[in-house]
Amino acid sequence: MAATAPPPGDAGLEVSDLAVSYGPVRALRGVSLRVTPGSIVAVLGANGAGKTTLLRAISGTLRFHRGAVGGGVVTWAGTRLTGLPAPSVVARGVTQVPEGRRVFARMTVEENLRAGALGARGGSKGAAQAREQVLELFPVLGERAHQRAGLLSGGEQQMLAIGRALMARPSMLLLDEPTLGLAPLMAARIAETVKEINARGTSVLLIEQNVALAMSLASHAYVLEVGEVVLDGPSADLAAGDEVRRLYLGIAEAAGPAAAGERAAGRRTLSRWSA
Amino acid sequence: MITFLELLVNGISIGAVYALIALGFVVIFKATEVVNFAHASLLLAGGYLVARLQPLTGFWAALVIGVAAAAVVGAAIEFLIIRRANVASHSVLAIVTIGVDIVLTTELTRQIGTEILALGDPWGDSVVHLGEVTVAETRIVALFTAAALITLFLLAFKYTGWGIAMRATAEDSETAALMGIRLGRVSLSAWAVAGALAAVAAVFLCVFPTPGLDRGTSLAAIKAFPAAILGGLDSTTGALVGGLIVGVTEALMTGYQNQLAFLGRGIGDVAPFLVMVVILLLRPAGLFGIRETARV
Ligand SMILES: Nc1ncnc2c1ncn2[C@@H]1O[C@H](COP(=O)(O)OP(=O)(O)OP(=O)(O)O)[C@@H](O)[C@H]1O
Ligand SMILES: [Mg+2]
Repeated sequence: MAATAPPPGDAGLEVSDLAVSYGPVRALRGVSLRVTPGSIVAVLGANGAGKTTLLRAISGTLRFHRGAVGGGVVTWAGTRLTGLPAPSVVARGVTQVPEGRRVFARMTVEENLRAGALGARGGSKGAAQAREQVLELFPVLGERAHQRAGLLSGGEQQMLAIGRALMARPSMLLLDEPTLGLAPLMAARIAETVKEINARGTSVLLIEQNVALAMSLASHAYVLEVGEVVLDGPSADLAAGDEVRRLYLGIAEAAGPAAAGERAAGRRTLSRWSA
Repeated sequence: MITFLELLVNGISIGAVYALIALGFVVIFKATEVVNFAHASLLLAGGYLVARLQPLTGFWAALVIGVAAAAVVGAAIEFLIIRRANVASHSVLAIVTIGVDIVLTTELTRQIGTEILALGDPWGDSVVHLGEVTVAETRIVALFTAAALITLFLLAFKYTGWGIAMRATAEDSETAALMGIRLGRVSLSAWAVAGALAAVAAVFLCVFPTPGLDRGTSLAAIKAFPAAILGGLDSTTGALVGGLIVGVTEALMTGYQNQLAFLGRGIGDVAPFLVMVVILLLRPAGLFGIRETARV
């Protein structure tokens, strides 16, 4: 199945025909996807498929990795994000929770939250409101307010990373593998929270390796493979079919077509890029 | 004993001034990871402006204008050179700052020539008697001014949005950008603050008992490098402690140089560097640093 071209429109987040490379390394090719306002959309893909690169392109942080957009465009609510520096993207309401949480370890929980509000619209009144909501969502952040963020557990750090992003009062939240490395119970907690955040009106683009979890949250999902969208559709349809499992999990069933099996075997050997 | 106390008070006072310089140096490093070798010339520029303006405007107005101008010069170096230098590595930027330093210092020494410029400060050569200990008034003022500025700085660093933006950037600049923090502004403000602090320090380096500002003033400023480095380039606490260590060591070594004659004359001038080398041998990241200076 080829990736279906998203219908034109000016609402929500729209990525069209995006190409990204890091010097000679081409990380994304012709990627198109769409997040309609108020929805949760998942992006699945093996290690190195280009998921993080996609978020960097949206958030404007490719320059930190010597990457560049080689073609295509990202728009949000009808305005072009491509080419904007990261703070301008945040100012337009699109905020990212980066892979690996990246809390400011030497700063306190409270200071991390304040940092999250620095790029926000809405002034100090808005920040106070956002803070209240974040603490309601994650009471533990209130209890640990004066503790150094580096001393929190992995799950708590993930909550802080999400809370910090919410301090900017985003209308669109980009989450990069928020459950990575978390125990199942904590992963379920995070999933609940994502649902709750979405219910309060924030659109979500969720990157996940945990397919079951992603499918349970998202209304629509895309599968990236070596920098290209190879599959997309309503999560319910994808979950019912076995293509996701074949393409992404790399489980080649004995009865499956040989070609797919070979491709899947190839995926499994892809190793994670590490800094 | 009295000599010792006098030397100690003088050492702490001059150490506090070094701490001001080192603080600016550390702020730039934290915000941008650039080792600013142009710091001494920034200081010279601030002092020069105060000295040149004070006959026209009086000391206080000259001080205000000089400090503001040094902040602008710092910001201009960042905006016109550092930001535009299209280089990938921070070490290359450090070398760019050496270039800036040479240009600025050469031009300023040419302007100063062989003159010794008076700063026209209101303290003159009066002294204060604390019991039997005699200290120059300028030293007391320097100590209190430096302490006040350092306190103000640390409070701002800890509690204001500016301070949080600064620290977030120092820790992880990409994530700071994801929080909407504008790294260009952080860097610009770091250079401006460093320039302003250096100008204040310049004034206290040139008042009594020093005869005034001359072409050698930037050499005095260079003693703040070991202060910043031995404290840990990325630590504000380190800058303060480093400044005090350098100031006190220098004052004591100079004061007792007759007893220390076996170490050679002028030991006071090299002492800061000796202390730095010893400390770096024991702790490569400096006393309070967490990043090894070897990275630079
Ligand atoms: N800074 C970089 N420089 C060069 N190549 C890079 C860089 N970052 C990523 N890449 C390459 O781009 C491709 C996509 O990487 P990306 O990190 O986006 O994958 P990912 O899907 O997020 O993987 P993971 O699941 O491991 O996080 C990989 O081939 C990777 O090697
Ligand atoms: Mg990734």
